[in-house]
Amino acid sequence: MEWEIVIGLEIHVQLATQSKIFSGASTAFGADANTQACAIDLAMPGTLPVANEEAFRYAVMFGLAMNSEIGQRSVFERKNYFYPDLPKGYQTTQLEEPIVGPGVIDIELANGETRSVRLHHAHLEEDAGKSLHEDYQGMSGIDLNRAGTPLIEIVSEPDMRSAEEAVAYLKKIHSIITYLGISDGEMSQGSMRCDANVSVRLKGEEKLGNRCEIKNINSFKFVEKAINVEAERQIEIIEDGGSIAQETRLYDADKNETRSMRSKEVANDYRYFPCPDLLPVMLDDDYIAAIKSTLPELPDAKRDRFVSEYELSAYDAGVLTTDRATADFFETTARESGEPKLAANWVMVDLAGYLNKTDTALKDCPFNAEQLAGLIRRIKDGTISGKIAKQVFEGMCNAEGNADTIIEARGLKQVSDTGALEKMVDEVIANNQAQVQNYVNADEAKRPKMLGFFVGQIMKASKGQANPQAVNEILLKKLNEQ
Amino acid sequence: MAVNKSDIEKLAELSRIDISDEAAANVAQSISEVLALVDQLQAVDTSGVSPMAHPLDAVQRLRRDEVTEPNQRETLQAMAPATEDGLYLVPRVIE
Amino acid sequence: MHTKTIAQLGKALRSKEITSVELTQHYLDRIAELDSRYNSFITVTPEIALAQAKAADERLANGDTSPLCGIPIAHKDIFCTQGVRTSCASKMLDNFIAPYDATIVENYQRAGAVMLGKTNMDEFAMGSSNETSYYGPVKNPWNTNCVPGGSSGGSAAAVAALLAPAATASDTGGSIRQPAALCGLTGIKPTYGRVSRWGMIAFASSLDQAGTLTRTAEDAALMLNTMASFDAKDSTCVDQPLEDYTTTLGDSLAGLTIGIPEEYFGEGLHPDTAKAVQAAIKTYESLGAKTRSISLPHTDLAVPAYYVIAPAECSANLSRFDGVRYGHRCDEPKDLADLYKRSRSEGFGDEVKRRILVGTYALSAGYYDAYYNKAQQVRRLIKQDFVDAFKDVDVILGPTSPSPAFEFGAKTQDPVAMYLEDIYTIATNLAGLPGLSIPCGMVDDKPVGLQLIGNYFAEGKLLNVAHQFQLATDFHQQLAPATA
Repeated sequence: MEWEIVIGLEIHVQLATQSKIFSGASTAFGADANTQACAIDLAMPGTLPVANEEAFRYAVMFGLAMNSEIGQRSVFERKNYFYPDLPKGYQTTQLEEPIVGPGVIDIELANGETRSVRLHHAHLEEDAGKSLHEDYQGMSGIDLNRAGTPLIEIVSEPDMRSAEEAVAYLKKIHSIITYLGISDGEMSQGSMRCDANVSVRLKGEEKLGNRCEIKNINSFKFVEKAINVEAERQIEIIEDGGSIAQETRLYDADKNETRSMRSKEVANDYRYFPCPDLLPVMLDDDYIAAIKSTLPELPDAKRDRFVSEYELSAYDAGVLTTDRATADFFETTARESGEPKLAANWVMVDLAGYLNKTDTALKDCPFNAEQLAGLIRRIKDGTISGKIAKQVFEGMCNAEGNADTIIEARGLKQVSDTGALEKMVDEVIANNQAQVQNYVNADEAKRPKMLGFFVGQIMKASKGQANPQAVNEILLKKLNEQ
Repeated sequence: MAVNKSDIEKLAELSRIDISDEAAANVAQSISEVLALVDQLQAVDTSGVSPMAHPLDAVQRLRRDEVTEPNQRETLQAMAPATEDGLYLVPRVIE
Repeated sequence: MHTKTIAQLGKALRSKEITSVELTQHYLDRIAELDSRYNSFITVTPEIALAQAKAADERLANGDTSPLCGIPIAHKDIFCTQGVRTSCASKMLDNFIAPYDATIVENYQRAGAVMLGKTNMDEFAMGSSNETSYYGPVKNPWNTNCVPGGSSGGSAAAVAALLAPAATASDTGGSIRQPAALCGLTGIKPTYGRVSRWGMIAFASSLDQAGTLTRTAEDAALMLNTMASFDAKDSTCVDQPLEDYTTTLGDSLAGLTIGIPEEYFGEGLHPDTAKAVQAAIKTYESLGAKTRSISLPHTDLAVPAYYVIAPAECSANLSRFDGVRYGHRCDEPKDLADLYKRSRSEGFGDEVKRRILVGTYALSAGYYDAYYNKAQQVRRLIKQDFVDAFKDVDVILGPTSPSPAFEFGAKTQDPVAMYLEDIYTIATNLAGLPGLSIPCGMVDDKPVGLQLIGNYFAEGKLLNVAHQFQLATDFHQQLAPATA
């Protein structure tokens, strides 16, 4: 039997507004508990919400980026349930008339295939606070700083068929929201959170199986693991003759397993109804058009442009445009150095390798794109070789300064002086007479390969600083004189 | 629509209100009377009438995105039933 | 002194016949001496009152001519008052000291008015008799065996007993107008959105509106001038130019068209109340107004629609009272569910619980369309009745309440009978229209109220029509026994 996994994602994205969606309290991350929870956030009696314009602007930007219809009329509703992190006893959210309607985006898979994922809708809502389970007199502590932070909840159709596709979709959404600058997208800080609806069915079957909603997946890696482990669990149950109970499950990254969330098991009836404290929000065509005109270039468009403008491969362009900071870093490097292909290599291989190895974020990189371009310019103008450039790059990673400073300080400048090089060539010829004789006696066709030995010796003697082209020329001339 | 004791239990659970067994029958009775009153609505033909959640057909005014609320934790927690380290305390939340 | 209106007291203050401190102390003394009879106050605030009076005297000495400067008033305990207990007459908020002022409280402070204290009410404004208060029932100054009406029963009794010249109040389904009728006062509920709801503890957000209880329409104009404001903190508050309601009080009624809805004179209306209202119609005709019969065909559906919408909204509005951040918390909760259930069950009274349960039912899966949605559709039909009527008439006139004040306990066992108290007042809340009640006669030595309903934002017209009636009659000058 061949099984198919069916996945839909609900992604919560915190919007990067200064203040909350319905109050003037700050949304900054990391403040002391409850110092950013004002009377409105605490649902003090008599307080009233007033909606934040910026949250709407961000949501509209997202909708436009997703090729979605924008809800010109959107309505906040109350979703009623009791939980200590939900001060009003209801969450203000959107249901019947969300701000962003259906849309579609393409995702690229590692094998080069493209798949379309449909967006069901995206709506604005308020975040809840946090329950801290450390022991406070045997109780839980409630921090409401996060309560009221604006979120968009992005709900996909069940269009993904593997964990890989789900991750690609999630990365695409991450890429779009960070390009738009509407969220920092930091999964580790909870700025982007993902719930996965997972079901399985036999391949070829049309009907969807019973799904489980997996909560609390807070990294790309865990999305993949959680989906796979949940799908395995479901397949095992069905193959053993059981059936899947529709329920909410929690992913435990430590044990790599999902488990039922008992507290949410009580059948809830959320009793949605339009919030009487908030009127319908009406956005006209001009407002939407004005936002559209300010949208930045999005990942797909940037990728296509990198292919045509810088003659990069589609794959390289795709890698470079996954996040906006990397794309911008590449583009500046390419423009400043005039060497887009070299720039692409340095960014994708050396820079990415360094950041990855040292677990550094691009924004904390000790040098900037102009400085990397400076390094590439020195390769181009022959000041250093590609090999020496790696040493200079290391220096830049150690914050030793510009390429020029490091080349100077470490004396890495390439030797192109003919007199000095001739001296080195003479020495190598004198010290390796046997190889010289072999070379002289060899066929014309075999000679270029044999030349490599002498070049290597000279580079060794020059500690890599000899200009390889000049070495080649002198060497050929001298060997031919033998 | 009349409600019975088990309906009342469900409503009480949803609204987190305890209704004692002895009181449940009385509550069911009085709520059934209220529902009998509101059931008059069922006789009205409202086809094509859009629901009116708000008396004036007004539109939401949006606020500028500015931080206007300073930290007032001390004042706002002064009357909280139980706090520690700036946190509100509740019986263990189990997930 | 205490028989004077705000307009008269204001003149006395500005002409230095009396100081605000003297006036305030006089009212505080009366409250201390007499309120045990009525139970109209939950909290009296003598220190604040005298400090504010002193500040008002300084302003007056500096030539301040604000009409309310130095005038003592009482606030319904539904309005948040910074540093003062704001209980909403519920055990739930018995320990709640509001950390901020309601916008209307601020407006009165800015105008120089003096706060005497916080008045009793039905718990969370749910009731029509003031019998659901955690602090005990309020007694009607006209007959202490009878209810003062509700939910603003404390504000009404305080003004009728001359313990305050005016009081703030709120009206969700008749909570200003019905007590005004039962206590012989002038009570106005403005257009929804005319007055900020910030700091007014919500019962049903799309229906709640603050207003005032006074002894005359002129005083109501003075009070509303200060209460009304645009407030960016309330999304539903309307940014509409403010008017001086006193400027049109004297307008002639000649040419005015008054609509008399036939549905307001049907079964259930006390015959003597009907007579008093009919006599008022004659008075208006003598003042030059034309009267004509109109129909508001969906009148009977107002109470049923209201008892879906108001409980639905209240079921959500009252979810915040959970014993976590403020308010009543049960002793030693054994788990989270126990914390919620016991705190709420102990903190809320029976009527509040009943409405939460009804509202929960109306919104729950499977019933939403049949109840909540249906009620909101009917609400539009009710509003349309008024919109159509106001094409032909300037104001609508009828009884405020089906009968005069009833005795304690008469309706407590029958919630539906109690709900029908508001049969004539509820429709205006559903439609968001302004409504006003003025005394128009006596039945069994108890006052009868005449209701006037205006078009949107026509408070000026309503007060004008009420004031002209009071110039021609003296029902509003009658004082409850043993108060003068």
